[in-house]
Amino acid sequence: MAQMKYFYELTISSSPHAHSPVTTQTIMRDVLIALAPALIGSIYFFGFRALMVTLVSVAACVFFEWAYCRVTKMHCKIYDLSACVTGVLLAFVCPVTIPYWTIILGALFAIIVVKMLFGGLGRNIVNPALAGRAFMFSWPVLMSTWVKVGFNNAAGLVSTADAVTAATPLGNMHQGLMPDCSILDMFLGNVGGCIGETSALLLLIGFAYLLLRKVITPRIPLAFIGTVAVLSFLFPQGNDRIAWMAAQLCGGGLMLGAIFMATDYVTSPVTKLGQIVYGIGCGALTILIRYFGGYNEGVSYAILVMNACVVLLDRIGRPVKFGAPKKEAAKK
Amino acid sequence: MAFSFFGGVHPKENKWYACDKETQVFPEPDIVVIPMSQHIGAPCKPLVKKGDLVTVGQKIGDNQGLCVPVHASVSGKVKAVEARAHTSGTTVMSVVIENDHLDTLCEDCKPRTQEEVDALSVEDLINIIHEGGIVGMGGATFPTHVKLSGGIGKVDTVIVNAGECEPFITSDDRLCREQPEKLISGLKIVMRIFGLKEGHIGIEDNKPEAVKALKAHLAASDGIIVDVLPAKYPQGAEKQLIYAVTGREVPSGGLPAAVGCAVFNAATCKAIHDVVYDGMPLIKRIVTVSGDILMEPKNLLVPIGTSFDALIEACGFSENPYKVLSGGPMMGAAQYDLSVPTIKGVNAITVLGKKNEYAVEEPRCLRCGKCIDACPMKLMPVLMYKALQSNDVEEMKANNIMDCIECGSCAYTCPASVPLVLGFRVGKQLIRNAAAKEKAKA
Repeated sequence: MAQMKYFYELTISSSPHAHSPVTTQTIMRDVLIALAPALIGSIYFFGFRALMVTLVSVAACVFFEWAYCRVTKMHCKIYDLSACVTGVLLAFVCPVTIPYWTIILGALFAIIVVKMLFGGLGRNIVNPALAGRAFMFSWPVLMSTWVKVGFNNAAGLVSTADAVTAATPLGNMHQGLMPDCSILDMFLGNVGGCIGETSALLLLIGFAYLLLRKVITPRIPLAFIGTVAVLSFLFPQGNDRIAWMAAQLCGGGLMLGAIFMATDYVTSPVTKLGQIVYGIGCGALTILIRYFGGYNEGVSYAILVMNACVVLLDRIGRPVKFGAPKKEAAKK
Repeated sequence: MAFSFFGGVHPKENKWYACDKETQVFPEPDIVVIPMSQHIGAPCKPLVKKGDLVTVGQKIGDNQGLCVPVHASVSGKVKAVEARAHTSGTTVMSVVIENDHLDTLCEDCKPRTQEEVDALSVEDLINIIHEGGIVGMGGATFPTHVKLSGGIGKVDTVIVNAGECEPFITSDDRLCREQPEKLISGLKIVMRIFGLKEGHIGIEDNKPEAVKALKAHLAASDGIIVDVLPAKYPQGAEKQLIYAVTGREVPSGGLPAAVGCAVFNAATCKAIHDVVYDGMPLIKRIVTVSGDILMEPKNLLVPIGTSFDALIEACGFSENPYKVLSGGPMMGAAQYDLSVPTIKGVNAITVLGKKNEYAVEEPRCLRCGKCIDACPMKLMPVLMYKALQSNDVEEMKANNIMDCIECGSCAYTCPASVPLVLGFRVGKQLIRNAAAKEKAKA
């Protein structure tokens, strides 16, 4: 018997022993990269306070996750970057004038209550950033003060008292009027609104990147945006159907919600059909809230409601297994 | 003509390590360890005892029932008959032979001329294949004679599996390049047993040299078609290969014969040729010894029973091995004891370095659904795993966990590194246990 000439410790584990280079961390990193154009745009539109709010939000999210793990002796996984993504998204759905303490409270709610108390990444029922935003609406005035767009009109890093307020396109549209700015400005993002939501163009660039990197499939965003497009085209307010539809698409948080929020893996269905129905549901609820709701934006609540339906949507459109009897295949 | 099966993944092929290395004859080791269980079914009973002299090709183990005999791969003296470590991770009764390096051939191993072979009946052929100790050499080690006798009258399409979709492994590739005529001859014997005029060889398009060699040795009158299939893992999985070649789906829980198909590994076909024409039972096989830390990866013609460490040492390594696998990285079994012998189903030994480590602490499913897109059986690993975590046997069954072929596509692709395949093995065992409990109650 050949004696072992070398000392080596062999690792025993179940197959497979090879792994794809894509990990949770690389996926989250790709999402952050996809959000970068919108972040840079927000600095141009709203000044450096936009960046500051985002950084505070990210730092708070990461800190709260770390602290929670520390206190509960849970294995800390802040390196997976999911808290960073939540932080950026939370900042993106707030007005630039939001006080720092408010966003820190929002981060606390998003990370501790919505994410960690449910068991951490992968276990939460609803999107943490959107739930955090909903929580921050406990201060409705702070959450709906809109400044006039422009780097020079920017709210100060510390004080926001000098900021010039203005109506947002969505505010106009809620009253059944066409917005008082051009569709092009809305597409480019040169309008009032939340930090990261104004520029459809920059968000679409992020969308293209996510598709290219195969982080998401286009199913949910297209179903979501498509439904909003169809419904706003069928039920226009004003004379110009096309302009109304374009304004609905570029206005508010639709692009941000459809591309980055509704596609959150954890809180969206896993089956293809489920994803399409989910997207359609998000779109229909968005229009419903925008048209008939008390508040002029419906995207975040539409997504939160649909998040709650995911358990049911996972049951539809399941693949028929390979080699299933034909009868069973027909039944399904 | 070729169909593309659903799902699958594209792991790094890593075939370049060994694919251009010609097969070398490995010097016969001083000691071989021949396990009595090298197939699926009842283990053999040793026919020799300590001190007996054995010759090359002598039958040293056999049993009744679903069993395939084993043979001595070298000549010499039986040093021990005892339980030894086995690639399955357990210990198995084995015959340990001290090689006398005389290569005395067993009298039973006599070559046959073409006329003699032509005169053999189907029963004779199946019997020769059984006595030759031939099993599926792709790794599953299903007794070949059972597949043959069970398929007569049902099988209308025979497929040689030269897919070899696992990364690193190149033993079938080398076989197709170096001895295509023997592989084809073996396939013709199988076609004769089934009474078929047509046969298929399924091979991935990443082996152009092998395809060329096979086609060069085929005449139109042979009725053998080389199906060049796109390289995608697991193209060489039996059900996926049948689908890719014929478009037929083997029913859930059924055998390939249910859709008129029989699949034989390329090395198995060559072994069939060897036993029918040369009278040589299965005592040697080509093993790819490859991996990212080997100095010189090789394809070696190895006597059955040669220990893993002798083969790995022959290739040298640049850093301490992290994992040593019997097979490739997707489905291979990690070994902890390198004295384990090379058995009939070992097509490769893969030696991996530390950089292949990917396990994470407390993996958490993201529900990204990538496993659903990767599963070639069209299952939903994400929900199967969730059912397992809640220990729900009924839910696991409802999610078709028993249809899992353990190919590893889901776990390979899982960004969170959730140990899906490990989980499904546990889940299957839980279902079997529950069924046994029910039976005991009834």
